[in-house]
Amino acid sequence: MTSTARLDPHPAASRDGHPTAVVSSMASDAHTWNLVFLQLLVEELGFEVTNLGPCVPDRLLVEQCRIRRPALVVLSSVNGHGYQDGLRVIGQLRGAAGLAGMPIVLGGKLGVSGEHRAERVAELRDAGFDAVYDDRPDAIESFRRFVAGRVAVGRP
Amino acid sequence: MNFGEFVRWRHARGALVVQPRMGFADPTLMRAGLLATRQADAATVGTITLDSYTRVGDLDAAGHALRQGIALNGYPIVNHPVDTTRAVLDGVLAEDFPVQVRHGSARPLDIFAALIRAGLHATEGGPVSYCLPYGRTPLAESVANWAAACELLLTTRQDGVEPHLETFGGCMLGQLCPPSELVAISVLEALFFHRMGLRSISVSYAQQTNPAQDLEAVTALRRLCAELLPGADTHVVVYAYMGLAPRTPAGARRLFAEAVRLAVAGGAQRLIVKTVAEAYRIPTIAENVAALEHAAATARAMPRPADPAASGGQVYREARAIVEAVLDGAPDLGRAIVLAFRRGLLDVPYCIHPDNAGRSRSHLDEDGTLRWTRLGNLPLGGLAELRPRDPVGSTELLSALSYTQRTFDAPHLKEV
Ligand code: B12
Repeated sequence: MTSTARLDPHPAASRDGHPTAVVSSMASDAHTWNLVFLQLLVEELGFEVTNLGPCVPDRLLVEQCRIRRPALVVLSSVNGHGYQDGLRVIGQLRGAAGLAGMPIVLGGKLGVSGEHRAERVAELRDAGFDAVYDDRPDAIESFRRFVAGRVAVGRP
Repeated sequence: MNFGEFVRWRHARGALVVQPRMGFADPTLMRAGLLATRQADAATVGTITLDSYTRVGDLDAAGHALRQGIALNGYPIVNHPVDTTRAVLDGVLAEDFPVQVRHGSARPLDIFAALIRAGLHATEGGPVSYCLPYGRTPLAESVANWAAACELLLTTRQDGVEPHLETFGGCMLGQLCPPSELVAISVLEALFFHRMGLRSISVSYAQQTNPAQDLEAVTALRRLCAELLPGADTHVVVYAYMGLAPRTPAGARRLFAEAVRLAVAGGAQRLIVKTVAEAYRIPTIAENVAALEHAAATARAMPRPADPAASGGQVYREARAIVEAVLDGAPDLGRAIVLAFRRGLLDVPYCIHPDNAGRSRSHLDEDGTLRWTRLGNLPLGGLAELRPRDPVGSTELLSALSYTQRTFDAPHLKEV
C-alpha cells in the first residue's frame, strides 16, 4: 500500500517534465506534520512529490525508490529513532540495484537526547546519506542549498 | 480503588491530578521516574510511556536496540520480561499511586497482554485516535483490534479490579483540528469503550490555540458525557499543548500554566503535563518532576469555579451534530465510525492516513481561534461559520503550526 498525501482536494494537473521526489518517514516514526511540510516545500522547489507517509516499512521504501527512480529522496524522522532507523535503511537503499547514486538526505530530530549530535551526523553520512540535518535552526536553508546545488531541477 | 475512582477521589478533595508523559527503556530509570513522580509535591498518577518500535509491533527492532544499548523513546513493555516490569512497579504501584500505560498503537493486543501480565489495568487510546495519527494500519483493522483489546482488558475484572481506558481522541494530530471534531471523536471513542463493556472511562481534550474556545471545548466534552454516558464513571483529562512547543523555558512554562487554568476552569479532574524540554528531546526525570510541581502549584493558586460553565456553545453544537451523524450511520459503533470516515462525516484536517478523506481544512484566526475553511463532507453545513482560504504553502503551514511557539516565546527570546 502506498499512501499519497492528499494535500489538495483538487490535485494539480500532472506536471510533466518536473523532476520527481519521494518524501518519506521510516518504519517506526508516525509523525506527519514534518512530512506534510516537506511535501509542500519540495513541491515549491519544483518537484513532483510522492509522499509515502508515516511508518514506512523498509521494503516498501526500497521498492518505491526502485519503481519511481526519483531525482531526490527526502527522509524525515523526529521521534528519536532516526539514527538507528537511518543507519538500517540507508544500507538497504544503497544496496539495492540502481540506487547507489541516488541523492538521499535525512533530517529531523534524530536522537532522543542532544548529546553526540555531531557523531551521529558523521556516522550517518559515512553510511551513505548525501546530507544529514539533525535539528539545526538552519536545516531548511542548508537543505534548499543542497537541492539547488545537487539536483537538476527543471530538467526531465 | 481503580484509576478512575482514584482520580475522582483526589479531585473531590480539592486537587487537580497531574501526570507526566514519561517512558525510559532502562528499567532502573523507569522505576526511578515512577518513584520521583510519586514523591513529587503534587497529586500524581504514574505513567509508563512505550517506545515507537513497540507501538508499531516491531519487537525485533526493540530487542536489537536493547541488546546494543541504543536509546529508545520509551519503555518496551513487550520485550522486557514480565518479572522485570513487575520489579519496576514493586513498591511503587499502590492504592494511592495508580500507573497508566500510554502507547499509541493500532495493533495493541500484545501491549494489553503485557500490561495485564504485569498487574496493570489502566491505559489509553481508541480505535480512531491510535490509528489515524499513528501510522498506516487500516481503520477497519484498528477498530477490530481495539474491540479485541477492550475484551482482553475486561478480563482483569476476574482479579477484582475495574479496568480504566482513556480516549486519545481529544488530541488526534495535536494541532489545527477545530475543537468540535476533537470533542466528537473523544466522545465517540468513549461510547465505543462503554459499548464494549468498560465502565471506568476518561475523555481527553488537548489544549489548542485560544483559551476561550478551549474552555468551550472542555465544557462541551463534560456536557456530552453527561448526556450520552450517564451510566459510566467518567472524568475529563486535559493535555497540555500537543503541538510545536515554545523553545524558551519561560515561554513553555507560561503555555503549560495556561493548560492548568483550562483544566481547573473547565472542571477537568486530571492534566497531563509537558516539560521545558518538549521542543527539543525526551525530558529527564527532573524536568518531569519540575513540570508536575509547577502544574500543581499553579492549580493550587487558582480558585475553582463554584459553578463551571455548562453550555459549551458553538463547540458543543458542532460536536453534537458530528456525533449524531456518525451514530446514525450503523447500529454497530465500530462500523459506524468506519463508514463515517469513508463518507467524510469525520475528516481530520491535514491527516494523510489513507482512510481520512482529506477534504476538510482549518485555519487560525488572529487571536488563535480555530475555524473551518472547508468542510468537505462534515455534517456542519449551516452550523459552522466558514472562512474560505486558498490552499496553504509550506511557509503558511509552518507559520500556523508555530503560532503558539511564536506567541509564547516572543517575550523571552533573549533566553535561547
Ligand atoms: C505533534 C507531535 C506528536 C503527534 C504527531 C501527530 C502526527 N501524526 O503528526 C503525536 C501526539 C501523535 C505524537 C506522538 C509521538 N511523539 Co511526538 N511530538 C509532537 C510535537 C509536539 C510536535 C511535532 C510537530 O508537529 N512538528 C511540526 C513539524 C513541521 O516540525 P518538526 O517535526 O520538528 O520538523 C521540522 C524540523 O525538524 C525539520 N525537519 C524534519 N524533518 C526533516 C527532514 C529534512 C531533510 C530537513 C532538511 C528538515 C527536517 O523541518 C521541520 C520544519 O522546521 C513534538 C514536540 C515539538 N516539536 O514541539 C513531539 C515529539 C517530536 N514527539 C516525540 C515522541 C517521542 C513521540 C512518541 C514516541 C511518544 C513519546 N514517547 O513521547 C510518539 C510517536 C509514535 C511513533 N510511532 O513515532 C518527541 C521526540 C523526542 C526526540 N526526538 O528526542 C518530541 C520531540 C517530544 C518530546 N520532547 O519528547 N507526537
